[in-house]
Amino acid sequence: MTEDTALLDRGPSADAGADPVLQVEDLRTYFDTRDGVVKAVDGLSFSVRPGEILSVVGESGCGKSITSLSVMQLLPRPPARFASGRIMFKGSDLLQASEEEMRRVRGNEISMIFQDPMSSLNPVLSIGDQLTEAIMLHQGLSQKQAMDHAAEMLDLVHIPEPRRRLKEYPHQLSGGMRQRVMIAMALSCNPSVLIADEPTTALDVTIQAQILALMEEIRDKLKTAIILITHDLGVVAEMADRVLVMYAGRKVEEADVAEIFERPQHPYTRGLMRSVPRLTTDFSEARQERLSEIPGIVPALTNLPKGCTFAERCAFATDRCRAEYPALEPKKPDHLAACWESANLPDWTL
Amino acid sequence: MSLHVQDLSFGARLKHRARVVAESFKRNPTMLFGVAVLLLMAGLAFLAPWLGLPDPMQQSPRDRLQSPSPEALFGTDMYGRDLFSRVLHGGQVSLVVGLTVAAMATIFGLAIGLVSGFVRRVDAVIMRLMDALMSIPSILLAIALVALWGSSVPNVILALTIPEIPRVVRLVRSVVLMLRDQLYVQAAIACGTSTPRILIRHILPNTIPPLIVQATYICAQAVIFEAYLSFVGAGTPPEIPSWGNIMAEGRMFFFQSVGIILYPGAFLALTVFAINTFGDGLRDSLDPRMQRRV
Amino acid sequence: MYAYIIRRLVATIPIMAIVAVFVFMLLHLSPGDPAAIIAGDFATEEQILKIREQLGLNDPLYIQFGSWLINLLQGDMGQSIYSGLPVTKLIGQRLEPTLMLTLCTMLIAITMAIPLGVIAAWKVGTWIDRAVMTLAVFGFSVPVFVIGYLLILGGSRTLGWFPVQGYTSILESVPGFLSHITLPALTLGAVYMALIARMTRATMLEVLNEDYVRTAYAKGLATRKVLVKHALKNAMVPISTTIGLGVALLIGGVVVTESVFAIPGLGRLTVDAVLRTDYPVIQGVILVFSFTYVLLNLLIDLSYVLFDPRIRY
Repeated sequence: MTEDTALLDRGPSADAGADPVLQVEDLRTYFDTRDGVVKAVDGLSFSVRPGEILSVVGESGCGKSITSLSVMQLLPRPPARFASGRIMFKGSDLLQASEEEMRRVRGNEISMIFQDPMSSLNPVLSIGDQLTEAIMLHQGLSQKQAMDHAAEMLDLVHIPEPRRRLKEYPHQLSGGMRQRVMIAMALSCNPSVLIADEPTTALDVTIQAQILALMEEIRDKLKTAIILITHDLGVVAEMADRVLVMYAGRKVEEADVAEIFERPQHPYTRGLMRSVPRLTTDFSEARQERLSEIPGIVPALTNLPKGCTFAERCAFATDRCRAEYPALEPKKPDHLAACWESANLPDWTL
Repeated sequence: MSLHVQDLSFGARLKHRARVVAESFKRNPTMLFGVAVLLLMAGLAFLAPWLGLPDPMQQSPRDRLQSPSPEALFGTDMYGRDLFSRVLHGGQVSLVVGLTVAAMATIFGLAIGLVSGFVRRVDAVIMRLMDALMSIPSILLAIALVALWGSSVPNVILALTIPEIPRVVRLVRSVVLMLRDQLYVQAAIACGTSTPRILIRHILPNTIPPLIVQATYICAQAVIFEAYLSFVGAGTPPEIPSWGNIMAEGRMFFFQSVGIILYPGAFLALTVFAINTFGDGLRDSLDPRMQRRV
Repeated sequence: MYAYIIRRLVATIPIMAIVAVFVFMLLHLSPGDPAAIIAGDFATEEQILKIREQLGLNDPLYIQFGSWLINLLQGDMGQSIYSGLPVTKLIGQRLEPTLMLTLCTMLIAITMAIPLGVIAAWKVGTWIDRAVMTLAVFGFSVPVFVIGYLLILGGSRTLGWFPVQGYTSILESVPGFLSHITLPALTLGAVYMALIARMTRATMLEVLNEDYVRTAYAKGLATRKVLVKHALKNAMVPISTTIGLGVALLIGGVVVTESVFAIPGLGRLTVDAVLRTDYPVIQGVILVFSFTYVLLNLLIDLSYVLFDPRIRY
């Protein structure tokens, strides 16, 4: 497919040599519930460099959103707690930061956009009010200066007539417009990291493409590091520099985007890729196969099996898989995966 | 979740709900407290004649306004009647009024609400009537009714029931309107099931949980309102002790003997508090919307 | 907007008409001879006849209703049987204390209950939340007059800060007014506060789960700003609805509170009229209270536009 070759041609847009701006090490986010401890994120490590787009992929409930909320420290504690880990940002550990210090980081140094632009904007406050809030708070601008800046931000995200829009309310905007406003809001203080949690899932396909293009444009212009959380592999192929696959709270595979699409080393990653419907004009017998799905469901996070958490759903699982959780190790240069059977997997074709 | 419940038969559904309630007792100790206090109050009130207490009506002018003593636990009132005995006996009227008003308002409200929700032609008329009834503050209406009908326990019950009906009607009607549009009711209609059968099999069971909750609140309210009516002199006749008229009669002597208002007041408040706690507990366990929120 | 207000006002006319018919019919639906009911148990035949004459009870019902309605529309609610004074005049004399008491109560209750509800929702599940909610259930459970007597016992008897009973017009003396109104307003406000605090908490709990609250936190806003600016403003529509509907409780409470604190307002007028079965006065008071209640709730409906830009009239 042409898309695959396009992937190979794409050079890394990130500063490959630059130091990571955000570094998460051995993060464990647990929830204490009546039914036991839910290990939503269990020993996750990753980092992003300026201008890099890191894509975090996985089914719903795999811990990707909890990861982003952990970085922002937006989880209610209790029930959430951090059993271990460090979140290093600009030389300090966010897990040790006070609420006061976190407030200076949120929306200023690290900002976030959410899945549903319909519900993520406050329906009773004007767009201008919601945009200027963070600007005035973090940059100490006056109301009037903040309004000017807000108008510039709307212009940056290609919203026509920004001055008029500032006076409007969310219900007067379309879904795509609202997500643009969310992006403008997130970027208004020029953050070094932007976490986008399923930013296009709730949007129409054509609007999705526009929003994704906008995010790439922003990355190129502002060198923002972007953590793109999604379950849509099409979006991943389109946007990501590097891909991190999560399953049941753990990282199971990580590699550059081209590498992972070419040589996936974990059966789960392969399953995800196989379950994406593909557009094709080939209606021959061979292409008529059913879209494959991954059998079974994600195990309950309170009661994880002893061995590999994916073993139950895996066609290649051995006794060892069921007994012992596989180590996350380099299978190829710069390509990590947690699977005992990587070497024995069949050759990869879609 | 709701789909599963709807699939089940009426009996299984009741069993399911009973289990939900039983579980919520375990989770919610305050609800247990509410039930325990209520049972205690009811026991004290209705067993009072057999507890060997002095006659609550027995006047003895020489022993008027005495402080609490081993002979008279709460002291005596201005006619020398034993306050403890009066307070216990007084619970009978309050509890009877509360429970009867709750039951009657629920039954009438349910009937009118079902008709209103299912018979389009009368709906508008009924709802306008109910709106009008609701715009008269309930206590005022009850006071006026008792003033005209005369003081008696049945009149108090009726006067307190009438203003509560519209609220029940609205509740039932809203449930009915919501259910009418559900696919399984539509399907039953399409299959030619008769209207009464749809009402009884599909609609009625779903109105019961919110109605039970509503009934506890009506009961609590009625116990308080009975006291208000007695207090302003349009309630239970003075010859029957009730928490309301013990306090109403004693108000002139409050500064000589604060117990004359505080003891019946405390009993009344505790009872209403228990009913309300019970109701809150029921709401949390029976109302799935609330359940999900917590 | 104006067209909408007028439409809504017109829509209240049938409701008020039904209320009027209902209030008129109360007397005639009661068992027994209306004149005998009003005259009381110890009345002579002569007195009953006089009352029947005075109220026009000898005419056919529709004529009675017609003339009553025409008089009502002209602002004439008949004469008190007890004092012979026009009901409108009696009500006019008693309006000020009740109005001031109700306004002060609402002011105190709303300014205390909303913050309490917000804090309870914010600290949901903690002892603060439980304390506020237990207090609220107590507010529902203790009868108004018991609260009244407790406050008199504490505030007037023990501390001596407030007069026991009575009322001073604000026009006469502001300090006198304030010292007389404080205890009754607190008494009357207890149930109302409980109601508003519970509603505020429930609505805030819902709103705090909304995505836009998370967005607000993600911007780095301080909790107080998120609670008040982002969450409370969204919760205001249901809260103000409760404020309006709760006035029915206040009206019921006024009757009792005024008689505990000997305030010469509409509540006292009602109680006196009830004791004397002075039916025209009872009728008048019910009508005035009901109409005020309906109009107030209309006003609150119209105020939603202040809180929610999605509502357009």
